[in-house]
Amino acid sequence: MNDHHGQFEPKVIAYCCTYCAYTAGDLAGSMRLQYAPNVRVIKVPCSGSVSALLLLKAFQDGADAVYVAGCAIGDCHFLRGNLQALKTVAYAKALLEEIGLEPQRLEFFHIPASAGPLFAQRADEMTQRAKQLGPNPLRRAMRVVGGGKLAFPPDDHPPLPPASFGVLKRHDPQEPTP
Amino acid sequence: MIVAERKSFEQIVDMLSPFERVLVVGCGTCVAVCMAGGEKEVELLAAELRMHAQKQGKTLLVDEVTVTRQCDKEYLEPLAKYIDQYDAVLSMACGAGVQFLAERYDDKLILPGLDTRFIGVAQAPGQWEQRCVACAECILDQTGGICPMTRCAKNLLNGPCGGTNHGKCEVDAGKDCAWTLIYRKLEKLGRLDLMRKIQPPKDYSVATKPARYVHPAFHESQQTSAAE
Amino acid sequence: MPSFAQALQNKSFVVTAEVGPPKGTDVSRLLHHIELLKDKVDALNVTDNQSSVMRISSLAVCRLILDHGGEPILQLTCRDRNRLALQSELLSAWVLGVKNVLCLTGDYVSVGDHPQAKPVFDLDSVQLLRTVELLNSNKDLAGHDMQGATGFVAGAVVTPEADPIEPQLIKFEKKVAAGAKFFQTQAVYDLEKFKRFMDYARRFPVKVLAGIVLLVSAGMARYMNNNVPGIFVPERLVEQLAKAEKGKAIEVGIEIAGQMIRQLRQDGICDGVHIMAIGKEERVPDILAAAQ
Repeated sequence: MNDHHGQFEPKVIAYCCTYCAYTAGDLAGSMRLQYAPNVRVIKVPCSGSVSALLLLKAFQDGADAVYVAGCAIGDCHFLRGNLQALKTVAYAKALLEEIGLEPQRLEFFHIPASAGPLFAQRADEMTQRAKQLGPNPLRRAMRVVGGGKLAFPPDDHPPLPPASFGVLKRHDPQEPTP
Repeated sequence: MIVAERKSFEQIVDMLSPFERVLVVGCGTCVAVCMAGGEKEVELLAAELRMHAQKQGKTLLVDEVTVTRQCDKEYLEPLAKYIDQYDAVLSMACGAGVQFLAERYDDKLILPGLDTRFIGVAQAPGQWEQRCVACAECILDQTGGICPMTRCAKNLLNGPCGGTNHGKCEVDAGKDCAWTLIYRKLEKLGRLDLMRKIQPPKDYSVATKPARYVHPAFHESQQTSAAE
Repeated sequence: MPSFAQALQNKSFVVTAEVGPPKGTDVSRLLHHIELLKDKVDALNVTDNQSSVMRISSLAVCRLILDHGGEPILQLTCRDRNRLALQSELLSAWVLGVKNVLCLTGDYVSVGDHPQAKPVFDLDSVQLLRTVELLNSNKDLAGHDMQGATGFVAGAVVTPEADPIEPQLIKFEKKVAAGAKFFQTQAVYDLEKFKRFMDYARRFPVKVLAGIVLLVSAGMARYMNNNVPGIFVPERLVEQLAKAEKGKAIEVGIEIAGQMIRQLRQDGICDGVHIMAIGKEERVPDILAAAQ
C-alpha cells in the first residue's frame, strides 16, 4: 500500500458501466488525459447490476475507496439501472457505517460517454479522498503483501460455492468448509 | 407473505458479542422475498459481521447456510451434521422459524436476526404493506375486499371514525382511511347495503392464542394411526 | 331543574358544556368550573381520557358533578376498555346516579401522552350504543339476564363536515338504529353547510346539539383548519380574529360563538348546542351571555 517513497498510495476500485462511464474512460485515454493510476476500472454491463454485497466485498478485500460510475439521469441503456445503482450505493454506505468504515469511501458518479475529462476528474477526486481518509482499516488486520498489490493473493481465496439452498458456506481461508 | 425487517446491526453485533463461532441460517421463503433473511441477505450480513470483527481485531467465524423454509421440519434436519461446531446460531427467519429451529436444536442458543412485522403484500419494489391480521374470522365479504381489521388503526367494523380526513387516516396522514376505501369500493359495486348493516362485535374467542389447526383430512389419519 | 332527558324532550333549545378531568388529584379548578356551569347548562359532558391523555376517570368526575348538584353526561370511549370493562363501567355509572352516556370510538393512543399503550377498540361506537341499549333492557352483551337494568339516555357524535361525508352519514344512521337518542356534533362554524346537514338529520327521531368550540385566536383557528379533521373555520372568521387587538381575540371568539348560538336558536336549525371551551371553561357563561 506504500510506494517506494513510503507515501500511502490508495487502491481505488471503479465499477464502470460499459455504455457510459467505461466509454468515457476510453475517451479519456484517447485524449491522453492524465489521471490517478490508483484506480482499477472494472467494466460492468450496467451500474444497476452492482450489488451492495459486491461493494462490501471490495472493501473486505482491502480497497481504500470504491465508486460506481453510471450514465447520466435519463440516459441509462437499461432505462433505470443508474437509478437503482444510486439506491444500492446509498444502502451500501449505510452498511459501511454500521461496520464502522467511513461511508465517504464509497460513491456514485454519473459520467456520460462523452465526458472524458470528467472521468479523469472523478478518478483523481476519489483517489484524493482515499488519501485523506487513509488506508482501509480492514487491511491492517490482513496479511499485507505490499506495494499496491492485493492484500492477499487471489489464489488464496477459496472458490465460492455455487448458490443453492441447504449448502453450508464458509468464507474463512484458514478453515476448510466442513 | 410474512414481512420482516432485519434487526439493527448494532443489536445483532451485541447479541453475538460473547461468541466466536456463529452460523447464520437464512430462510428461503417469505423473508427472502421481502429481502430480509434470504440467501443474499445472509451473505450480506455475514460479510458485514466478518468485516466488523476484522476491524475490531476480534476472531469471529461466521458461516452461512440458507434453507428452503425454517417452518418445516424436513428443511431443518440437514443442519444437524454441522450445527454442533457453533457457539450460537443466528436465524434470519420470521419469529416462527426462529422458534422452530430452537425447538429442533434445543441444546443450541438460537438468536433472532429479524423483527417480524406483518402479513402483507409487495406494493412496489422494496415496499410492503400489511393486509391481514390473521383474526381467524374473515369478513372481507362484507367490506368489498378491504380489511378494516387490518387497515383501520382502530379496527372499526361499522364505518369511519371522526378522524377520517380527506380519505386519509388521522393516525398517519400517509395512510388511507380504510372506511373511505371500503365506501368507494362498495359504491362502485352497488353494494352500499353491506355498509349499512350493523356489524356485531367481533368474536375474539376464535383467535385465542396459541392457535392450532389440523387439516380435516388429517383428523382421520391420526385416528387411524392411533388404532394401529 | 329538569333532568337532561326531560330537557331533550321538552326544551326547544338544550345547552350542554364540557369539563375535562385533570391529570392528578387536584380537583379544585375542576370543582370551580362545575360550580360555575352546573346551573347554566342542562348537562355537563365529562371527557374520557380526552385526546388519549391519562386523567381522572370520567365516571369519578360525573359523580363529583352529581355531588355538587349538576347533571353529568358520561363520555365513554372504546379505546381503553374491552367489552367487560365497558359494561361494568356502565353499570357502575348507573349505580352512582349517572343517567346519560355519550358513546365514542375514542382517539387513537398515538396522539396522547402514552403512545406506547396497547389500544383496545374491542367494540366500536355503534356496538357500544347497542350495548347500552341491551343493558337498558336488562341483558348484557353476551345475552345473559342481569339483576337490575340501566336506563341510560345514550348519545353519540357526528362530524357534519367530514370529507367525504357519505360514509359519515351511513355511520350516523347506524348510530341512530343502534339506539342513539341525541347527537353532539364536531365543531360547526359554517351555518349554511350545517343547515344542509340538518335538513338530512331532521329525518331521524334524534336531537342534534351543534358543537361550539370557542376560538381563542386566529392561530388556533388556522391550526384546527390544518390539523383537526372535519373542522373548517371560514376565512372570514379567521380574519376577524386576526384583526382583534392583542389579547382581545378571545372576546371576538366569544362574540362569534354567541352569534352562532343565537342564530341556531332563533332559526330553529337544531335542538341545542354543546359548548366546548377547551381550557377556558370559565368563559362559558360569557358565551351564554353573548348568545342572549
